[in-house]
Amino acid sequence: MGLVIKGGRLIDPANQIDARHDLYIKDGFVVAIDIAPNGFKAGDNLDANGKIVCPGLIDLRARLREPGQEYKATIESETRAAASAGITTLSCPPDTNPVVDTPAMAQMIQQRAWQIGSSFVHPVGALTRGLEGKQLTDMAALEEAGCVGVSNALQPVDDTLVMRRALQYAATFGLTVHLHSRDHWLQGNGCAHEGEVSTRLGLPAIPEAAETVGVARDLALIEQTGAYAHFCQLSCGRSVDMVASAQTTGLSVTADVTAHHLHLTEHDIGFFNSQCHVLPPLRSQRDCDRLRQGLVDGTITAICSDHQPHELDAKLAPFSESEPGISGLETLLPLTLKLVDDGLLDMGTALKLLTSGPASILGIDAGQLGVGATADVCIFDPDMQWTLSEKDLQSRGHNTPFLGWPFRGRVTHTLIGGQVVF
Amino acid sequence: MTADIQFDADGNLRHFLTIEGLKRDTLLNILDTAETFISFGEREIRKAPLLRGKTVVNLFFESSTRTRTTFEIAAKRLSADVINLNPEKLSTSKGETLLDTVNNLEAMHTDLFVVRHSYSGTAYLIAKHVPPHVRIINAGDGRHAHPTQAMLDMFTIRQHKGSVENLRVAIVGDILHSRVARSQIHALNTLGASEVRVVAPRTLLPTGVERLGVHPYTDMAHGLDGVDVVIMLRLQWERMEGQLIPSEQEFFSLYGLTEEKLANAKEDAVVLHPGPINRGLEIASSVADGPRSLILPQVTNGIAVRMAVMAKIMGGVQTVGSDVAPRRRKQ
Repeated sequence: MGLVIKGGRLIDPANQIDARHDLYIKDGFVVAIDIAPNGFKAGDNLDANGKIVCPGLIDLRARLREPGQEYKATIESETRAAASAGITTLSCPPDTNPVVDTPAMAQMIQQRAWQIGSSFVHPVGALTRGLEGKQLTDMAALEEAGCVGVSNALQPVDDTLVMRRALQYAATFGLTVHLHSRDHWLQGNGCAHEGEVSTRLGLPAIPEAAETVGVARDLALIEQTGAYAHFCQLSCGRSVDMVASAQTTGLSVTADVTAHHLHLTEHDIGFFNSQCHVLPPLRSQRDCDRLRQGLVDGTITAICSDHQPHELDAKLAPFSESEPGISGLETLLPLTLKLVDDGLLDMGTALKLLTSGPASILGIDAGQLGVGATADVCIFDPDMQWTLSEKDLQSRGHNTPFLGWPFRGRVTHTLIGGQVVF
Repeated sequence: MTADIQFDADGNLRHFLTIEGLKRDTLLNILDTAETFISFGEREIRKAPLLRGKTVVNLFFESSTRTRTTFEIAAKRLSADVINLNPEKLSTSKGETLLDTVNNLEAMHTDLFVVRHSYSGTAYLIAKHVPPHVRIINAGDGRHAHPTQAMLDMFTIRQHKGSVENLRVAIVGDILHSRVARSQIHALNTLGASEVRVVAPRTLLPTGVERLGVHPYTDMAHGLDGVDVVIMLRLQWERMEGQLIPSEQEFFSLYGLTEEKLANAKEDAVVLHPGPINRGLEIASSVADGPRSLILPQVTNGIAVRMAVMAKIMGGVQTVGSDVAPRRRKQ
């Protein structure tokens, strides 16, 4: 028995579709558009009138906290939260405890997610063992075990020689290296952008150069090694310029930005609001504007949540001592739709940044709804107005600075492999 | 932007966390009140009943002699019961969180906490989590603010210059790590100083410091040229990450206050230092002990000013209208 999603506005950026279409789904796959295939028996109709039907969203970076920090969240709690937010695929960084630096760890995470069945989880493996920045991991084995890339997450690789070799070795297998480029000496134990707000509040500051020096070093190494590299969560306008110019010279580099860096600046810290403590820090209005422009000019091809759920206590500390990060799964789509309301992006481009954009960075076959594709679908009502309140949050982490924000557009259904999971 | 929690809904000062955002009349009001308390030290009976029956807890997560002692004396002169705690040696070292400590003390019916902590924003955090009848005074949070110190400096300046208005003031030294400097800058600008300068090598000047309303100088002679008041700051080694000055010798030769450098200031210029002073590092002994030094009067005035601040936030002193400064353009 099949399922028909009827009457919705189908937006499938990868296939350049944006029109009213019916979607026919059978055995977990898209089998036809508009015209039922021979012998198709509709068991169920899903009325999507007035709604947007798009590929299930892909979140490039979400921390699920399992294994090691189950007091914050679990694969089960967070993949269910993802499903409620229209996210059907997510990629998780290797900085769990233990670190994802062995095939067994990578498989364990995928298996757990598979059993729960709320979303596809693709781990990114560790670039160096224990993320210590010294010894390379068995990257070929990690890839074999399902890792979609390698990364040292937020841990620095200070030794430039190790970094160069890691890039070379990853390039051997065409593995994408996900970089959180930064100079950790310049970052020090800073917790806020070096600028007006850190000066006024007396918060240890992180200068722009902490990021740009890191990006410059890594670009020089990428140029030499021919590695595929992806710059994670750029926060500075100048970094966007650097990546853009590297792209013009033909380097295989891509970049993403987090949804919160597109909407918040250093000023949102107000009087020490620890919900705005994130790494890299919220920067100036000018940086925020350039990041937004990077989406328009195509330098940045994905928006991610950089989801970091925390227990309540993690934020109940003086600003610099609170744990950085935002629980972001459930604001990923709403904050992206705000960019459409702001007139920055059209709906198709906005959804591309959450579907085929991240899919191509991860090199996975997802994020599109052509005939034959896995039926991972997100259906949302683009006109529904709502305000984020704590009781809405499905994630274990309630740490978000967006409580009380008004949003337009809300997920009504999420399908994974043709099954309605939300 | 998060609302400034030092005010209640009507804009009355509830906690004393920072000078930023307070209007000029409120500051003058506190200084005038302190004036009335200044003679207390010389009286036979040194007590006023303003805080009778109230419990004040001095909660110093960071060590202090001067500030804690003057707060204690101030509270006692207002007839409060005072408890001094140094939680570093108490529960927090047993794993209790900061807020747990405060909640436990609050459960013992404390009315006012005087808090010092090494992290910026701690006083805000505590103020946000105590019930409405409990008051917080910030006695120094990280690099952010030390508002009672700034008020006693303003008091001392006013005592010797008649008014803060139209004075030219230079603040010299470790601006980067100084909560005192940040609070002084807000206070001086609010009270109408004609110019506030900060003088330091570039490593000790925070980025964008001019946006606080100051003129930065890197040359001491230029920075002191024609000023009415010189405020020296202590080098805060304990907060420095990495090397910010090459050596004490070079720092003293360039930024240490000597008679010779002081000659650039106005003839009747006065010298302040929040203490503790490092003789021969920021300031020469001849200046620290000299006739223009107000370092010891600062300490004496600290008691009266802290009494005034306590009286103010415990409802003993009213300002006409709210305490909130008219909003200036943000960003």
